[in-house]
Amino acid sequence: MSEHILRLDDVHTDIEQYHILHGVTLDVPQGGVFVLLGRNGAGKTTTLRTIMGLWRARKGAIVFDHHDITAAHTSDIARQGIAYVPENMGIFAGLTVEENMRLASANGRFDPARLRRIYDLFPAMEKFWTKPAGTLSGGQKQMLAISRAIIEPRRLILIDEPTKGLAPAIIRAMIDAFREVAKETTILLVEQNFLFASSLGSNVAVIDDGRIVHHGTMAALVEDKALQTQLLSLSLDAHQ
Amino acid sequence: MASANKTMGGAFERIGGVNALPVILMIIALPLVGSFSSWMTLTVAGLAMGMMIFLMASGLSLIFGLMDVLNFGHSAFISFGAFIAASVLAALAFWVESDSVLLNFLALFLAVSAAALFGLIAGWFFERVIIKPVYRDHLRQILITIGALIIAEQLILTIWGGAPIPVERPAILQGSIIIGDVAIEIYRIFAFLLGLAAFLALYLVLNRTRVGLLIRAGVENREMVEALGFRIDRVFIAVFMAGSALAAIGGSMWAGYQGLISATLGSELMVLVFIVVIIGGLGSIEGSLLGALLVGLLGNYVAFIFPKLSLASNMLLMLIVLLWRPWGLRPAVKH
Ligand SMILES: Nc1ncnc2c1ncn2[C@@H]1O[C@H](COP(=O)(O)OP(=O)(O)O)[C@@H](O)[C@H]1O
Ligand SMILES: [Mg+2]
Repeated sequence: MSEHILRLDDVHTDIEQYHILHGVTLDVPQGGVFVLLGRNGAGKTTTLRTIMGLWRARKGAIVFDHHDITAAHTSDIARQGIAYVPENMGIFAGLTVEENMRLASANGRFDPARLRRIYDLFPAMEKFWTKPAGTLSGGQKQMLAISRAIIEPRRLILIDEPTKGLAPAIIRAMIDAFREVAKETTILLVEQNFLFASSLGSNVAVIDDGRIVHHGTMAALVEDKALQTQLLSLSLDAHQ
Repeated sequence: MASANKTMGGAFERIGGVNALPVILMIIALPLVGSFSSWMTLTVAGLAMGMMIFLMASGLSLIFGLMDVLNFGHSAFISFGAFIAASVLAALAFWVESDSVLLNFLALFLAVSAAALFGLIAGWFFERVIIKPVYRDHLRQILITIGALIIAEQLILTIWGGAPIPVERPAILQGSIIIGDVAIEIYRIFAFLLGLAAFLALYLVLNRTRVGLLIRAGVENREMVEALGFRIDRVFIAVFMAGSALAAIGGSMWAGYQGLISATLGSELMVLVFIVVIIGGLGSIEGSLLGALLVGLLGNYVAFIFPKLSLASNMLLMLIVLLWRPWGLRPAVKH
């Protein structure tokens, strides 16, 4: 039996008067990359925001490392060791790359070894260290968003569609970076790019219309073409 | 045509871009005013007035920028600051009138400090009781802060009465310095320097401290600051208290500048304060400074050159700036 770092149990979330999550149940094992797939509007972002406390679960429970965080404040959830890389990356454009990183480090100082590793993963971060983050390219902004998430040791990193709008070469660099990051932490990755997701994920869940419709290993899903067709026609956009 | 435009834009950026606007305005005003000594007097008056309005506006701009809070009650802090300073100066009349520079400054320091202290404490109370329950709800923010403003003005009427009250300037700040045929009021120089000091202090806090970094980040993306593990509401209350204290300091300086104050002083200034916040760009103290100097200078020049236009001039300024730069001259968040 593997240890679960995060469990969602029958989570319901409303946004204003709309009922968006209709009972999401998810077990994310410790370590590796867990992929959450789903078509546009399925509820992937809402699931991550609910975990982060940015939306409130109306019903159900979210348990992180044996602590119930369902009603916790976003900042407390972050301080328990969960980093969040939102869909729009959440970069502070008016701040320099360094200032963006400084905000993400616990006391405003950097562990030199971790910083070195980030520079090795993403050389652009070192190159543009003192530049305003707003001047970075889309791919570099994504790298900064991920760098921010790993400048401190985290227990869990939530990443929302990191490959959206990125060139294939940058996506390949991202794969290497994620493999490296997943050695020391757990990643809950939301994706629509199945190729990217399947090259990283060890476990996978598929969400549709605010409900989990499939839960299993990535290997099994990659093997089972019939299941893929059934789920992917549902979960992935026509453009994939 | 397009290339001519481009070279002009390039030249404008090279001389400092929007930061050069107050200087450009001064240069344009000189021939229109005609006499150098009048121009000098108007310029100093405009800079002093601008700095006092900066004190009132900078806090409001940060409050809106950080938390999207519309606080129409901000002017109550300006009014209370003015009346509290006036009362302290009246109580210390002996020091105020004394020949001793030390006693003069002590009286002034106590008057301004009392206003600032009031701003801090009342700001804390106001944020917790009035603002906190209506975060993220603009309509109720407008209603409840206007309600609070009415109550605050009634309180001033109850405490200080309806008749305008005179404010005495410390002896040291009375009179003028005469350079050639130009007379410069000492009080204006002092007001300018105090505003400048406040700007520098704010600038250093925002750009050199961790809490300043949090404020700048929060102005851009409040949610992400929380997702990085910070309590933005705790940063916000500090900003609100500081902003209220600055408004009260601005009011206290304005009291000495006007010499006669009434309960509606804050509300009257608020039109200018809102114009400054809007043309400066939300959430940016550099923008507030720029806007305040433009409003102060333009107000003084126009009152001299075209007295009939003086009321409309700042509205016109706002219109022009917004047509040119819809987000203000130096918004904290680039659009
Ligand atoms: N702020 C919001 N207000 C109203 N509805 C929203 C909001 N955000 C998301 N939704 C709705 O919730 C559903 C799930 O959205 P989301 O979680 O963003 O989907 P995904 O990330 O899977 O594309 C969609 O139908 C979307 O329209
Ligand atoms: Mg999404």
